[in-house]
Amino acid sequence: MADQGEVKLLKTWSSLFGLRVVWALKLKGIPYESVDEDLTNKSDLLLQYNPVHTKVPVLIHNGKSICESLVILEYIDETWSQNPPRLLPRDPIQRASARFWAKFMDEKVCTIYDYGLVIALPSMWQAFTKEGREQEEGVASIAENLKLLEAELEGKKFLGGEEIGIPDFALGWLVNLVPVFEEILGLKIVDEERHPSLSEWSRRISDIPVIEESWPPRDKLVTKWAAIRDHFLATARASSG
Amino acid sequence: MANELILLDTWVSPFGMRVRIALREKGIKFEYKEEDLTNKSDLLLKMNPIHKKIPVLIHNGKPVRESGIIVQYVDEVWHDKAPLLPSEPYPRAQARFWADFVDKKIYDTGRKIWTTKGDEQKSATEEFIGYLKTLEAELGAKPYFGGEKLGYVDVTMIPFYSWFHAYEVSGNFSIESNCPKLMAWAKRCMQHESVSKTLPDPKKVYEFILQLKKRLGIE
Repeated sequence: MADQGEVKLLKTWSSLFGLRVVWALKLKGIPYESVDEDLTNKSDLLLQYNPVHTKVPVLIHNGKSICESLVILEYIDETWSQNPPRLLPRDPIQRASARFWAKFMDEKVCTIYDYGLVIALPSMWQAFTKEGREQEEGVASIAENLKLLEAELEGKKFLGGEEIGIPDFALGWLVNLVPVFEEILGLKIVDEERHPSLSEWSRRISDIPVIEESWPPRDKLVTKWAAIRDHFLATARASSG
Repeated sequence: MANELILLDTWVSPFGMRVRIALREKGIKFEYKEEDLTNKSDLLLKMNPIHKKIPVLIHNGKPVRESGIIVQYVDEVWHDKAPLLPSEPYPRAQARFWADFVDKKIYDTGRKIWTTKGDEQKSATEEFIGYLKTLEAELGAKPYFGGEKLGYVDVTMIPFYSWFHAYEVSGNFSIESNCPKLMAWAKRCMQHESVSKTLPDPKKVYEFILQLKKRLGIE
């Protein structure tokens, strides 16, 4: 195996975007050092290696930094192209499709910018931080996007086809975090009846040891996200008088 | 098998322009179809049912969607002609990072400049100039973001040059006086036929925005 040099990953204990990179590194068998950041008190390392966005995850390979999770995943796939699995298909049309679905996950289903408590997630956000009719609209929007996902997953083992790939990594957070949201909101977001393919895919993802053992602890996640919801509801209530 | 390429696009879309520039840089023939976004064609709805947006490149009947993804696709399929992305993984990651930066920051902030007024507009203008300055710093002393030649980030960013006049008039500010190096870069890009043939007249873009504002009911 070629010398892979020094690999360091800056992330947070709960960062879903960081998780994607952990999966890629572990599945490809790439040794790395992990550093969990406190985003309310950003380290010099983070500020030095991601001066533009000061966000995680950041991959530092032989002293050079790569930022933005999807960019990092492609970098890992290209640099360690000899290590299976391939994270993107070879065929250009299929590659374009895989990139499209990864982007769709990020932009439509859930976008998270982890600045301590300041977080923005399009579809999930509204459902999670609002009440009443606004919340219903958010839930309806998620349902629409999940329908599209369900259609895309039908008859497939993974979003990428037979093998796990970047679009699966992009969506993987759903398996871990949706049950947390469901518990906090007291709603069902993904269910076996409406989403048989998605439920099947979720089980398949969870069965992968590297992924299963990397989930952040559920009780910590429930505490964290419940506090976030409370914070935003309180702010909304205060400003509406 | 013949290479059939159809591009669904609109003349004013900076995202569509990226694809046209990439195809022209590589000397690839394509059929251009102007879409009316208030009355989307069946072909567009069939080829991009999820977002129903342009640009869509249809290659031998198969759709490729999202401008950045289309440009990368074109670069991969026609990799021996005027390559846009570097060949090594690290510079490729840097190019993708900066293209992502342009994607996340420029269009939305620019849009705020022509859709808002007063303090909101002022703060959008300042934010916008800040992003342009970040890009200038990244460009540094290089003639192009791609180095010696037009590259992926150049193709991603240059379409917005045709929108600069519209932003400036709307926000009452000068991009030239704030970011002279970026303007010099833009003029350098315009010397490429692929760019000058693709970018519309900035005055026409401004007229378009005025009409769009009327249609959207924005003062």
